[in-house]
Amino acid sequence: MSDTLTVNLTVNGEKVSRAIEPRRNLVDFLREDLQLTGSHVGCEHGVCGACTLRVNGEIVRGCLMLAVQAEGAVVETIEGVSDSGEIADLQEAFHERNALQCGFCTPGMLLAAADLLNANPGAGRDQIREHISGNYCRCTGYQAIVDAIEAVGRKRSGQSS
Amino acid sequence: MTEKSPLTVLDRPNSFIGKSVSRAGAKRLLEGRGTFVDDMTLPRMVHVAFCRSPFAHAKFGAINSEAAKAASGIISVVTGRELAEYCTPWVGVLTHLQGLKSAPQHAIALDKACWQGEAVVAVIAETRSQAEDAVELVEIDYQELPVVADMETALDDATPVIHSDLGDNLCFQREVDIGEVDKAFADAHCVVEETFNFGRHTGVCLETRAIIADYNPSEEHLTVYLSAQAPHMMKNLYAKHFGLNEDKVRVVCKDVGGSFGIKVHTYPDEMATGALSIMLKRPVKFNADRLESFVTDIHARDHRVKARMAVSKEGKFLAIDMDDLTGIGPYSVYPRTSGIEANQVINLTGGPYTIENYRANARVVFTNKNGMCQYRAVGHPIACAVGEGLVDAAARAMDMDPVELRRRNLIPDDAYPYTYATGLVYEQLSHHQCLDKLLEMMDYDGLRREQAEYRDKGIHRGIGFASMIEVTNPSPAFYGVGGAFISSQEGCTMRLDHTGGITCTVGVTEQGQGSDAVMAQVAATAVGVPMENIRIVSGDTDVVPYGGGTWASRAAGIGGEAALRAGKALRENLLEIAAIILQADAAALDIQDGAVVDADGGTERMPLSELGRIVYFRGDTLPKDVQPELVVTRHYVPKAFPFAFTNGVEAFYVEVDVDTGFVKLLKCWVVDDCGTIINPMLVDEQIRGGVVQGIGGALYEECLYDERGQYLNATMADYLTPMAMEMPDIEVGHVETPTKDSELGAKGVGEAGTTGAPAAIMNAINDAIQPFGKHVSDMPFTPERILKALGKV
Ligand code: FES
Ligand code: FES
Repeated sequence: MSDTLTVNLTVNGEKVSRAIEPRRNLVDFLREDLQLTGSHVGCEHGVCGACTLRVNGEIVRGCLMLAVQAEGAVVETIEGVSDSGEIADLQEAFHERNALQCGFCTPGMLLAAADLLNANPGAGRDQIREHISGNYCRCTGYQAIVDAIEAVGRKRSGQSS
Repeated sequence: MTEKSPLTVLDRPNSFIGKSVSRAGAKRLLEGRGTFVDDMTLPRMVHVAFCRSPFAHAKFGAINSEAAKAASGIISVVTGRELAEYCTPWVGVLTHLQGLKSAPQHAIALDKACWQGEAVVAVIAETRSQAEDAVELVEIDYQELPVVADMETALDDATPVIHSDLGDNLCFQREVDIGEVDKAFADAHCVVEETFNFGRHTGVCLETRAIIADYNPSEEHLTVYLSAQAPHMMKNLYAKHFGLNEDKVRVVCKDVGGSFGIKVHTYPDEMATGALSIMLKRPVKFNADRLESFVTDIHARDHRVKARMAVSKEGKFLAIDMDDLTGIGPYSVYPRTSGIEANQVINLTGGPYTIENYRANARVVFTNKNGMCQYRAVGHPIACAVGEGLVDAAARAMDMDPVELRRRNLIPDDAYPYTYATGLVYEQLSHHQCLDKLLEMMDYDGLRREQAEYRDKGIHRGIGFASMIEVTNPSPAFYGVGGAFISSQEGCTMRLDHTGGITCTVGVTEQGQGSDAVMAQVAATAVGVPMENIRIVSGDTDVVPYGGGTWASRAAGIGGEAALRAGKALRENLLEIAAIILQADAAALDIQDGAVVDADGGTERMPLSELGRIVYFRGDTLPKDVQPELVVTRHYVPKAFPFAFTNGVEAFYVEVDVDTGFVKLLKCWVVDDCGTIINPMLVDEQIRGGVVQGIGGALYEECLYDERGQYLNATMADYLTPMAMEMPDIEVGHVETPTKDSELGAKGVGEAGTTGAPAAIMNAINDAIQPFGKHVSDMPFTPERILKALGKV
């Protein structure tokens, strides 16, 4: 077993301290050490976006960041933003519009969508498409996802949909 | 629309058939609370990783695993010969594909690897990273063998034979020759000819393949958690090859992260995982990483088709003559075989049209590449692109509008039942209605005007069509008759609980397409309860009725009919008991919105929870000779036709940048006829998702191999799949022609989008570059290929 380092961070509002191998990436740490299996792993090389997480308020690819780099960081996962109700409107819109099929891309997609709408609730379809272009979905063909994000953006910015 | 009597269950009050109900099962996925296989951890579970052959074809001798065994966390290092004690080899043949042959395939290669990526040694460790680390420490003495990389020369005398026992590299050949093909070509006013190449591509399920096998030696019982489509099929195969009593094998499919036909096959590494669990007497997990997925998940569509079509002066299609060649890797994949795609290609080409003379030859050859087998729309995109490509070639040659040419040849909507040249029987299709609707949706004339205006400005836009047919609701004619234990029938067991809730167990499986939701809509409608009273359980062979699972667009049509029959039967039982309790005539009662009501007027008599309470807790109050049965099971297998064909038409509007070769997809329209639509939203999303997978094959996706059989682009960064930015909005319309083979009347829709998209895109690109007198027919249509066709590189 390689040497471990102790990492202290906040995950979904809870303080966590664990001894981990320096090579362990953040999404594996969350999934395997903390059993937060809502974040998914689709490629492990930074392309698919299934591992999208929020670290200190910014979305990152959990497979491209080492867990030890999260020392002192505030990490939020799909479990956290679901329980807090922060993205309840997005989840509801995805549900109503069937903007997910297998749901494997969905946690990452929702975090990417939330990131866009927090910055720009009035984003148009092309901006939405561009923003989620790093999040692959193999099932939906994306249109329903764009529809759902657009509808929430409109609601949030007070326009009727 | 439908000729059914108004008393059918579909017309019941509060019917959910035809409603865009949201999927109850999607909620957990939205909160990251789904259960995919890799989310699960069992007590004492260990992890397996594999040493995989770096060569496409190589013998191997000594395996030195000393260093690996000494590494930290290692439980065991297992060779193919050691594992063969626990798992017998298999041969991927079906008796109805006459002459199809293949070699025995082992879970782990014994002494020869036949493709780059074949598992050669298994390393089992406490953690996955320990197993992967130790894989690097295993020393294997490989001797490279000559590689069969090119399917065109696979049958040449000078080419080495991959499996010497088979005598040659021919897996399967089928010829059909119907009517008078030579005469038709001799009499033709116009003959068009084309060679089409289809790039090898793969499913890229976002969740890679994953399995946990948990063998309990005390009971000789094996439980397998699998990301898969056909749990009963796998249960049978595990028992057969591990030498277990099939009754003591349980397969559980929880959430599945995309499958598309990729997860309906027997994978050697998954079989190895099962055998290792038996060997090690503890749970073993295998989760393919993305690189392993690219080199081991089945590939599809590596076809080269030379085809020609004879056309009369009036624009009537007289004959098709074609030759299909496909290279399927070193083994026919078990148990569905790798002969089906070619078989579909020669069955389906030209299928929407009244063509009477037809000749086709299909050859399926072995190569030293990863295996090919059934992936979403199996053969359809190839057959459709060949047929529709010839149609547009004829339109260009005869200077006719491609829509007009199609109109003259599509099977008339009043000509059914119709038997196509290749023997396919169509119950009732609606090509002309679909085409009319599509033209209206897209404003065809307006679009042509717009195209002309842009052309004047030097902007090259094109419009392309594809009429299509799709094989759905397969009967046993697909696999069962060939000797495979792949069920075509489906069952549904329905139980009224004392709460008034209804639990349904179904054999079809949820892959995200929404089959659980559709089953719930049918069940709620048939019994007469609100959607929230229905709970669907699927994917567990210990629990659900025997079924085939999800493949060939069968879940809604076959599983849905089983649910309908079960719901009707349960309703009848409930009314019988209600009549006794209420001292009424059963025929005067109905069930609506979860309560027994007067059929006439709908006054509530008793909620189902009250009926449940009496039956389950106060049976003493019922007459002595009455024994209520609140659980029923019903099954369904299609009988009237081998397949329920559906039809549809797709159109694309594209812009080709003739300087860069880039294709921009401006818009896509689809009109599909899948019979009764149970959930319009889910049907539309199946079509959209399918279209986008078809776009992938048409424009981006290709598994590239070099002449040594080395896979060149096995990462998600190098193998391009469709991303949100490049995808068009897709407008979907419908015509509904229910099949009369079932009361529900539903046919399949899962593969329609994928079938037509490549053909329509090809035709649109060719329409755009027609002024240059050039055209393309090699997929994917990369910028480089388009510039080459234009003579610019
Ligand atoms: S798993 Fe991190 S981007 Fe794919
Ligand atoms: S819903 Fe399956 S990958 Fe997006």
